[in-house]
Amino acid sequence: MSERLSVRKTYKLYIGGAFPRSESGRSYVVTGAKGEFLANASKASRKDVRDAVSAARKAFPGWSSATAYNRGQILYRIAEMLEGRRAQFVSEVAEADGVSGKKAGELVDAAVDRLVWYAGWSDKISSLRGSANPVAGPYFNLSTPEPTGVVGIVAPPMGPLFGLVSVIAPVIVTGNTCVVIASERAPLPSITLAEVLATSDLPGGVVNILTGSSAEMAPWLAGHMDVNGLDLTGADAELAQKCEELAAENLKRVLRPNGKTDWAADPGTGRMTAFLETKTVWHPIGI
Amino acid sequence: MSIPTASSNASLRAFLHGLPGVDRVGADARAAGLGTRSIKTTAKRQAIDLAISMVDLTTLEGADTRGKVRAMCAKAVHPDPTDPTVPKVAAVCVYPDLVAEARDVVGSSGVKVASVATAFPSGRSSLEVKVADTAMAVAAGADEIDMVIDRGAFLSGDYVKVFEEIQAIKAACGEAHLKVILETGELATYDNVRRASWLAMLAGGDFIKTSTGKVQPAATLPVTLVMLEAVRDFRDREGRMVGVKPAGGIRTTKDAIKMLVLVNETAGPDWLDPDWFRLGASSVLNDLLMQRQKLTTGRYAGPDYFTLD
Repeated sequence: MSERLSVRKTYKLYIGGAFPRSESGRSYVVTGAKGEFLANASKASRKDVRDAVSAARKAFPGWSSATAYNRGQILYRIAEMLEGRRAQFVSEVAEADGVSGKKAGELVDAAVDRLVWYAGWSDKISSLRGSANPVAGPYFNLSTPEPTGVVGIVAPPMGPLFGLVSVIAPVIVTGNTCVVIASERAPLPSITLAEVLATSDLPGGVVNILTGSSAEMAPWLAGHMDVNGLDLTGADAELAQKCEELAAENLKRVLRPNGKTDWAADPGTGRMTAFLETKTVWHPIGI
Repeated sequence: MSIPTASSNASLRAFLHGLPGVDRVGADARAAGLGTRSIKTTAKRQAIDLAISMVDLTTLEGADTRGKVRAMCAKAVHPDPTDPTVPKVAAVCVYPDLVAEARDVVGSSGVKVASVATAFPSGRSSLEVKVADTAMAVAAGADEIDMVIDRGAFLSGDYVKVFEEIQAIKAACGEAHLKVILETGELATYDNVRRASWLAMLAGGDFIKTSTGKVQPAATLPVTLVMLEAVRDFRDREGRMVGVKPAGGIRTTKDAIKMLVLVNETAGPDWLDPDWFRLGASSVLNDLLMQRQKLTTGRYAGPDYFTLD
């Protein structure tokens, strides 16, 4: 009897809750830490960026008006689903980063914990960022945080799962939607994460994941007039500068961390508050 | 086969049912095939400007206010106030009671004022009311009248009633152009679309228009293809050119450019002119402007920078 052939997974993009191939039809070879062949992944083009931004914009009204409680529950659900596919993530992370199975297991666990941590923030962030302001007049004056809108994210090249979760979760927990350019070097865990997202009650289009060249796609995202925020965590200095200049045209909120981010450290609330706007309401007293 | 002159139901029926049948599968495939043409860069730029100049900017809601009509008319004259090179649209299309308001804003800018009439959108009223409706719109300053045919009469085979109604409205229009809305979404078959197109042209319509926009499906590519074939064949036989206006369901620049390809390949380049081809739409204009801005600035445009309508 002949030996069984293994079923090779086809990695595609994640746009608007669906898994299309790149509009351009391109793909590229993904190799492991030791240079061995792992899989072919889609190489997204600027038109995929455009489609992903449209999908994110379409998902924004629903996601931003969902209750904070509901968004938190969905993030918990993502953590549950991620935990359920732990074995697959461990092997993908191990292959991509060339780390031992034990170390990869720790990284996957850390990603699950990070999701749970951010999920808890969903209904607390408004207490932290909102306020009742004293004003010299007969008014209640209340400030509340609101999501910025569609956020473009250049995911970190290292930490294909933990780093990715650490940049997506803080953006969506407050009600933003996002377009993520996954790690170019190690994109496979990001598409597996997309499969988790697609089965986690997360509405389609809230997270859109593109694989391919970040140098090619990020400027289109940075220049797009319908994108409201930009997280340049994964962009190198040259790309980040270019993107920042393009982002200035429509005054995007830009997050450009200084130096290398230590994902294992306490993340703080900075990544959430970077993509929040403040709405202040004046309400007359006694009416 | 001779073109019927004296209108009796029998002669009209004989003529209309003598028209060659439409191959539904063939028409669908032809329209889909033409829809795959790739129009890029400078050609796309030209197509976008042509499409903008062909738009009949439309608002036909029960909730229309004078203010909304004024805002829309201002947009029709200057679609993108930040860019004076954007051409003005062909016309604005409103309900009869708002024609005067629209006329006031577009003035002598060259943008035409079109009005729906004849108990739009259902067309269910007496001929007297329909004629009065038309006369009112014309008196208020409408350059073009968009009438609906009596689909009930058409579908039950009472072609003379439809024919005479179009003639009566045409007479009431006077100088104004008459567009005849076939409401293809209710005609069931492409054969009926072809017959209704010929009936409207024989009765004196200056334009044939697919839909009211209130019924789905509206302006699909194959239906527009059948109508473009009808105007082409009509000109060959009668020597008179009739315009075509797909309306409803055209939302993106891609939809609009597909329509232009269809016109060029079916009726011919003579029809690639706002006098002979119109796009009845509202939301497509913003998409055209966004695509135009993308070509100009090299960055994707966002809807936040264009008017809401």
